[in-house]
Amino acid sequence: MDMNQYLSMFIDESNDHLQSLNEKMLELESNPTDLGIVQVIFRSAHTLKGMAATMGFEDLAALTHQMENVLDLVRNEKLAMQEFIFDTLFKGLDALESMVQDITQGGEGKADVTAIVESLQAIVRGDIPAAGAPAAAAAPTAAPAAASTIAVKDSKGIQLDEFQQSVIEQSMAEGHQALYMEVAIREDCQLKAVRAYMVFDLLERYGDVIKSEPSTQDIEQDKFERSFSLYYVTQKDPAELEPMVTSISEIESVNVTRLDAQSLKEMSAAPAAEPEATEAPAPVASTPAPVPAAAPAAPKPAAAAAPKAAKAPAPAPSRTIRVDIDRLDVLMNLFSELLIDRVRLEQLASEVKVPALTDTVEHMGRVSTDLQNIVLKLRMVPVDTVFNRFPRMVRDLAKSLDKKLDLIIIGSETELDRTVIDEIGDPLVHLLRNSVDHGVEPVADRIAAGKEETGTVKLSAFHSGNHVFIEIEDDGRGINRENVLNKAIKNGIVSQDVANTMKDEEVYQLLFAPGFSTAEVISDVSGRGVGLDVVKSKITSLGGHVMVTSELGKGTKFSVQLPLTLSIISAMLIRVGSEKYAIPLTSIVETGIIKAKQVRDLHGSQLIPYRDTHIPLLSLSRVFEVPDFDEREEEETEIVVIRKGDKLAAIAVENFIGQNEIVLKSLGSYLPETRGISGATILGDGQVALIIDPNAFIK
Amino acid sequence: MDELKVIVFKLATEEYGIEVDKVQTIERMMPITRVPKTLGFVKGVINLRGVVIPVIDLRGRFNLPAQEYNDQTRIIIVEVEKMQVGFIVDSANDVVDIKRSSIEKPPEVVGGVKARYLDGVAKLDEERLLVMLNLPEVLDKTEVVQLESIED
Repeated sequence: MDMNQYLSMFIDESNDHLQSLNEKMLELESNPTDLGIVQVIFRSAHTLKGMAATMGFEDLAALTHQMENVLDLVRNEKLAMQEFIFDTLFKGLDALESMVQDITQGGEGKADVTAIVESLQAIVRGDIPAAGAPAAAAAPTAAPAAASTIAVKDSKGIQLDEFQQSVIEQSMAEGHQALYMEVAIREDCQLKAVRAYMVFDLLERYGDVIKSEPSTQDIEQDKFERSFSLYYVTQKDPAELEPMVTSISEIESVNVTRLDAQSLKEMSAAPAAEPEATEAPAPVASTPAPVPAAAPAAPKPAAAAAPKAAKAPAPAPSRTIRVDIDRLDVLMNLFSELLIDRVRLEQLASEVKVPALTDTVEHMGRVSTDLQNIVLKLRMVPVDTVFNRFPRMVRDLAKSLDKKLDLIIIGSETELDRTVIDEIGDPLVHLLRNSVDHGVEPVADRIAAGKEETGTVKLSAFHSGNHVFIEIEDDGRGINRENVLNKAIKNGIVSQDVANTMKDEEVYQLLFAPGFSTAEVISDVSGRGVGLDVVKSKITSLGGHVMVTSELGKGTKFSVQLPLTLSIISAMLIRVGSEKYAIPLTSIVETGIIKAKQVRDLHGSQLIPYRDTHIPLLSLSRVFEVPDFDEREEEETEIVVIRKGDKLAAIAVENFIGQNEIVLKSLGSYLPETRGISGATILGDGQVALIIDPNAFIK
Repeated sequence: MDELKVIVFKLATEEYGIEVDKVQTIERMMPITRVPKTLGFVKGVINLRGVVIPVIDLRGRFNLPAQEYNDQTRIIIVEVEKMQVGFIVDSANDVVDIKRSSIEKPPEVVGGVKARYLDGVAKLDEERLLVMLNLPEVLDKTEVVQLESIED
């Protein structure tokens, strides 16, 4: 079978499972006794294992299997979760993640995970190192001791999955009998499959066969030796059944064992066959002892899980499909072509003046406007896709820094354009690190400051107008204005005089200056050679801003403002000579007209009065060397006042065409980066207009 | 495969060839939007069915004398290493099959075009020579930058 067509599905689904495993593990860590969560984790791991095995990724399947063994003990209350187990399972998840990553990049998902596997096996054996001790890979020889205590006589039991097990448990609760039967067929039997069929047929008449080994399918196809065994639920007395089965000719022997809850557990959980056994020392390497009064205990996990599941939002059947992002781009391109044709049709219709045509074109106009909205919405993705990796990151970070903190995530359903989502991850990681590392104090300091031991970092996202805000707020020590200023003065970023007059907000912005770090001790987390300046330039390049507010001793808030989408923006179209340009509306403060005599020359640059100050006037025609226009010949000049941060400048243009929604296009990789141009767009008449990057005009 | 399908186009007096699988489409002249502060032979960008593609004047690239565009002028859209670029050429109207064995190493100078832009010269018949373009070299930007600094 050609697996390639399933590969992308496998990758997507594995990532989903890994993500949910990560989330649930974190949830479990804060609530280690909730077996409902363990069940969810177990199921997810189980599915992942199955998928990996089907796709032939053996290493992946094997590691998941080991993790499953540990989880199985936990959900059966034979093992209590503890730090070492969490750490090992998390390590396992990391390894799984990197394997899937490898597969995504065309690899075979192979990885050396012996250390993790050994730790997992040690856990299964009950060999858990004392808290804090390194994950010593205990010698596998410790296994037999534990394994030998397994109560099942000859380990001939068949392993049951949780569904089958619960069916049997329920049947027993309803007063049925659960039997374990071993049937042997005579050696000289000619058609053993037929005999086996007769046995099954007989049994089915008086009850239900829950599971057989080999499976019924294999038995039908004659794929078994002389004997088979099965779990059977019936109302009939075993003493009555036995002679009925033996009366079928060529049956050598029937061995019926009545099961109670205790023996059922032991038998069904025992390793079924050789291949299982080689993978791990018995998954249930526990003595029956830890199972308290088996009968009432058995249904308990199920009962405990039920209300939990009801409470959690039930995973609704998926109503979505996955679409390759490239296809969406193609759709977008085709759509912009359609828009261009629409404009052309509208023109033609207005010339021809046939009512029927005009009506049709108008209708087409409405439909395409709706279509545009939908196409744009298709590209919106919840920020969740970025946020979901943070809980794990913050957990690890807090651990390595020996701090206690809670991460609160709000508004993860807020949607942003795919292009923004792809870019925003790294800056957010950085800001979060900053909050955890520099913001939240160590436990001792917090206690000394009269705060709660556990710090809080709040990550929230919300819409506001045409923007999305993402805020990272901590309740840590806040930013010390003096420290920042001293550092800035020392680095020559500001002078003492300027420093004294700076507002707090301006001081905090100094943190984003290149090469600025207030950390006195370079920790594991900071000091990686990347400063907040990178964060700022990234966010700026996305057309966003980052603001900082802080109160000493109370905490700090980073507020990142982002445009909803990068691919479609509102822009002012302007004309300079025969050329048209688009200026993003977000950087325009206002438009206006100035008279030539208002322009002043100062050291070769031009200034115009604006409100109560003067701002520089830039000539687009000269900067871009426009061949057929120069505003110096004009009596009056139209200007666009643009803003970069709090700096203003005016750009002289010939005239305004109007405000428009434009689709951003790249200029392609052949052209070198042109200063002042951030991209291109296609206008209604099919012409390309360049988009001006106002940031380049203000130094 | 010793046969090679080649798009033939004209530039001044020479005929040039580009392997057909490098050519995406051949377009008539269309409005070009000038991009400021680029090299002289970069004419600007065009809208090719919703995709913005830079176009370069091949005469300019090869330092041949400029010529007014007319209704024979064509833009050949080529794709090299996922980079789409349009070449403005005098005319393009032929597709020929040539034998690989008929391609010879380029002579030092052909019609003023530097030998490094050429892959070889194919002899079509007694009268016709076809100059095979070395696209990666023609589109090499680092060389363009050097060219610039020399001109400065």
